[in-house]
Order: sequence, then C-alpha cells, then structure tokens
Amino acid sequence: MKKVLVFLMMAIMACSMMLTGCGGSKEEKKAEPAKVLRVGTEPAFAPFEFPKEGSKELTGFDIELVQAIGKQMGAKVEISGMGFDALIPALNAGNIDVAIAGMTITEERKKAVSFSDPYYTSGLIIMVKKDNTAVKSIDDLKGKRIAAQIGTTGEMKSRSVEGAKVTTFNTQDEAALELKNGGVDAVIGDLPVMEYYLAKGGSQFAMTVGEKMEAEQYGIAAKKGSKLVEDINKAMAELKKNGEFDKIYKKWFGEAK
Amino acid sequence: MELNFDLMVKSFPLLLAGAGITVEITAMSVFMGLIIGCLVGIARLCTIKPLRYLANVYVDFIRGTPLLVQIFLVYFALPGIIGSRVDPFLAAISACSINSGAYIAEIFRAGIQSIDKGQMEAGRSLGMSWAQTMRYIIMPQAFKRIIPPLGNEFIAMLKDSSLVSVIGFEELTRRGQLIIARTYASFEIWMAVAIVYLVMTFAVARFTGYLERRFETK
Repeated sequence: MKKVLVFLMMAIMACSMMLTGCGGSKEEKKAEPAKVLRVGTEPAFAPFEFPKEGSKELTGFDIELVQAIGKQMGAKVEISGMGFDALIPALNAGNIDVAIAGMTITEERKKAVSFSDPYYTSGLIIMVKKDNTAVKSIDDLKGKRIAAQIGTTGEMKSRSVEGAKVTTFNTQDEAALELKNGGVDAVIGDLPVMEYYLAKGGSQFAMTVGEKMEAEQYGIAAKKGSKLVEDINKAMAELKKNGEFDKIYKKWFGEAK
Repeated sequence: MELNFDLMVKSFPLLLAGAGITVEITAMSVFMGLIIGCLVGIARLCTIKPLRYLANVYVDFIRGTPLLVQIFLVYFALPGIIGSRVDPFLAAISACSINSGAYIAEIFRAGIQSIDKGQMEAGRSLGMSWAQTMRYIIMPQAFKRIIPPLGNEFIAMLKDSSLVSVIGFEELTRRGQLIIARTYASFEIWMAVAIVYLVMTFAVARFTGYLERRFETK
C-alpha cells in the first residue's frame, strides 16, 4: 500500500511538472504575434558585448546597436549567448536569426554566411607582458608561443606566424589569463578589445606592441542567402541617417566615426 | 541533406591523433585514480577517526563539484595561489586523477562492504590483524566485484576528458572544435567525433566484459 502511494505521488509530481511546461508556452503563443529577432552573441568581448556590472544583462556597442536596429525594424530583440565558434553553426542550424559578436567579415566566412554592411573598422594587435622587451612586432613572434580565441581572425593570424606554437581558448579572458600566468609569450586579438582590457586593469601586467594589423571590418552575420540582411542594412542606414548610430558609437568609442 | 563525406574522411587522421591524447589522459588519470581510490576507499572504512574524516571531506568535495570547475581551479586558480604556472598536461592529469580517485574510492568502499562481515570476523579470529585480513582475504574477493564499476569509471573518464579542452588541450573534442572553426561543417565533424568516442568506449566495454568472465568463480 505504501509503495503504491509513493509511486502515485511521484507520478502526480511528474505530470504536474509537465503540465506547467505546456501551459506556459500556450499563453506565450496567444500574446506574441510580433516579429522576433533572435540574436546570437558571445558575451565576453568587451566593449562590444559583455555583462553589465553586477547583473546578467548584456551591454556593449554591439548589443546597443542590434537593439537599435531591432527597434528600427519593429522587431523584438532576443539575445542568446554562446561560444564564438558556435555562432555560425547556430546560424546554419536556425537556432538564431543573426549573429553580432565583433565578427570580422572574411572571405572564408562569406562562403558560410551572409554579412550585413560593415559597421565597425578594427584590426589585430599583439599583447605581451609588460616586462617583455624581446617582442616588438609580429616578426619577433617566430617560434614563440601564442594564445588566441578559437575561431577568430586572431587565431588565424597566430597560425600564420612561422614556427609559432598556438594554444586556443574559448574566450579572450582565458587567453589573457594564460599570458598572465606565463603560459604563452603573446596574445593576438582585436585591437579595441585589447585596449579595453588594458584600460580596465590589464595594463598592470600587459601592454600592446607593434602596429595594428589586418584592417578588418565587423559585420552582422545571417544565414546564407537570408533576406534579413537587406532588412538589417536598411535599418542600419536609417540609424546612420538619423544620428542614432553616431550616438552609440560616440558613447563607446569617444570620437565620431 | 548533403553530407560532406570527403571532409569527414580527411579529418579522421587529425581526430585520431586527438583520440590518442584522450586515451593517454584517461589511462594515466584512471591509473592514478586507482591508487588514490584504493587508499581513500579503505580509509573511509578504517577506525582511525581523523583519517576517515579526511577521506570523507575529499570524496564529498570532489563528488560535489563539477569536473569542469575542478579543471579551472587547478589550471587558472592555482597559479594565483602558488605563484607559478601549472603545466597544462600536469593540470589535466591532476584534475582528472583527483576526480577519478573520489569516484573509485566509493567503488572500492562499496566492493569491500559487499563482502560478508563474516570474512573479516573469520580473519580476525584466526589471529590476523585488520590490515592483514584486508590484504589477504577481503580485497581479493572484492576485486572481482569492482571490475564492472571500474570499467564504467574508465568509460566515463574517456568522455569526461573532453573537458580538458577548456585549457587548450588538443584532445579529440578540441580537435573537432578547431576543424569546425575553420570549415563550419558542424554536423559532419561532430558525427565523426562521436563515432571515434563510440569506438573507444565500445572497446573498453568489451575488454571489461572479458575481464569479468576471466575472474568468474565457477
């Protein structure tokens, strides 16, 4: 008798849990006919996308830009975070509609996804420890150990260095930590991100060296051939015309573009 | 749907090299874990209170935290405390061995406790010490019982070793990730990675079955 009671209780609990799940989505479907723009990003790339201090909400140039674009398009923006190298697979699988993540427009990537018009001009830079006098430019990195974030143009640049031993990490922070612990001689990554990192305390142990390399442009990625690209370009053009774009740009980068 | 078989086949050599590293990490970790686990498992049962307490704390902490967090602790947090860098290979093996050790300790403990209490009583009444009874009477019998769960642990560690990819270790899963980062062929590469893991775990499962049969008491 007791065993039957216990079994019944568990069955009731399981059923009620399943029912609450059902109920929730039904309500949502009734109240939400508006357009939704599902955006993917990698939330560890300050100042482009990173968590707000003390909260789990995201902030940053990319985040504010994509929210302004969504508003312009009349769509509700839903942002989900994932690893940088998971963004393009997520686009192809249809898990997200667009990806904005300081993603450089490259020929390789253009084969896999469609990009919007460029919205930011960036470049790569080398970061080394403050006491490193041996490395002054990329030529000095021959045969050295370099850390980079997996799937980024920084990783590709690192691999192009003759004899370099490249270690890849899932995020920029981990690559920087590896530099701090002396595991590598240099990190190659996006200039604005490195500068932000140094400004926020990284300059206590690190510095950038050499020239800005590979003028690159960031774009918003969408599934190959998607019509969304036109919509995004239209919205972005509007934002540039009415000054919204410049406002956001000035907020994060000081001078107007 | 179109499958890029050509890419899958071309990637296998790279993936297999990564698999070699996976097996290396797993084998070393489980081996170290066996030593740790055997000692800690017995310690959980012995009568010396402080020893038993230490063993309990160890097992509770390791079983209570994710392996991923343990790897991060050893590789990224430890250097901050001890002031010098930890070699990635050492970090990976340490984290996995310590993790394995806790689970194997429980396997040993369960195996030992499953042996009839009468065996220990018989051994003691014959004049053997607790340690001697353990070594000559209990452990040999427990050995047969712990083979299946040990095989399980080896298989589990084979798959859990994929977590060391977060410290940049190029084992099987990481190799897959790197290829996908270049080619964006998510489906094909992850399928290939899954197949390689399957082959490895299947081999271990078969071997465990063989060991069980070999030690079967008629």
